[in-house]
Amino acid sequence: MVTTVTSFGRNGLSDWLIQRVSGVVLLAYTLFILWTVATGVDYASWKALFDQTWLKVFSLMALLSLVAHAWIGMWAVLTDYLTERLMGTTGNVLRLILQLLIALVLFVYMVWGVQILWGY
Amino acid sequence: MSEKRPVNLDIGSIRLPITAWVSIAHRASGVFLFVATAFLVWALDASLRSAESFAALQQLLTGPVAKVVLWAISAGLIYHSLAGVRHLVMDFGIAESMPGGVLSARIVIGLTVVLTLLAGWWIW
Repeated sequence: MVTTVTSFGRNGLSDWLIQRVSGVVLLAYTLFILWTVATGVDYASWKALFDQTWLKVFSLMALLSLVAHAWIGMWAVLTDYLTERLMGTTGNVLRLILQLLIALVLFVYMVWGVQILWGY
Repeated sequence: MSEKRPVNLDIGSIRLPITAWVSIAHRASGVFLFVATAFLVWALDASLRSAESFAALQQLLTGPVAKVVLWAISAGLIYHSLAGVRHLVMDFGIAESMPGGVLSARIVIGLTVVLTLLAGWWIW
């Protein structure tokens, strides 16, 4: 049986709500970036856009949403397929290792993103 | 943790309805996007680092391999977004019935095909 200790909010309802809110933020950000790219950008206008505080805030919001959204989503997938019921003890070990790897990757995305937003 | 919690059905033994395929594809596209994010963050990095790296990225994205990658990521984003909106709609109590779920699943697949073709047309 899968335990909830590794879920994002330690609680299914809180995970559900965070998943929805972060999903809406990510959709809004994706549409905004797509719209910006589709209307045509050169380096100067693109850089000027990302120099503005409101877009740094929006980007950071999207980045945090991505981390939470991906964690909850990957948790749901892993706890459904890599389980003790399906794979025995191996499932538990494999799931925990993958969850730690996912956490590491998401942490890298986070720090890298902050570096991009405030570093250049 | 109680050992009496309900266990999911063995999905391997069930012929899956369209709603199940849409759900599985939503998960698969989510896992794909988790990986694809590495490319997207890298591209954002190159686009903002300097005028030279911006130009190099622009040049790279005109290549055939990069275009296929972009199209695949677009398809993943389009499908995952539409299926996600379907979930949001259902959370508001709309189309929760079996016929409603089947209909929204078909709409999601149909819209994904149309928008993915449009994305391909835009990329090439």
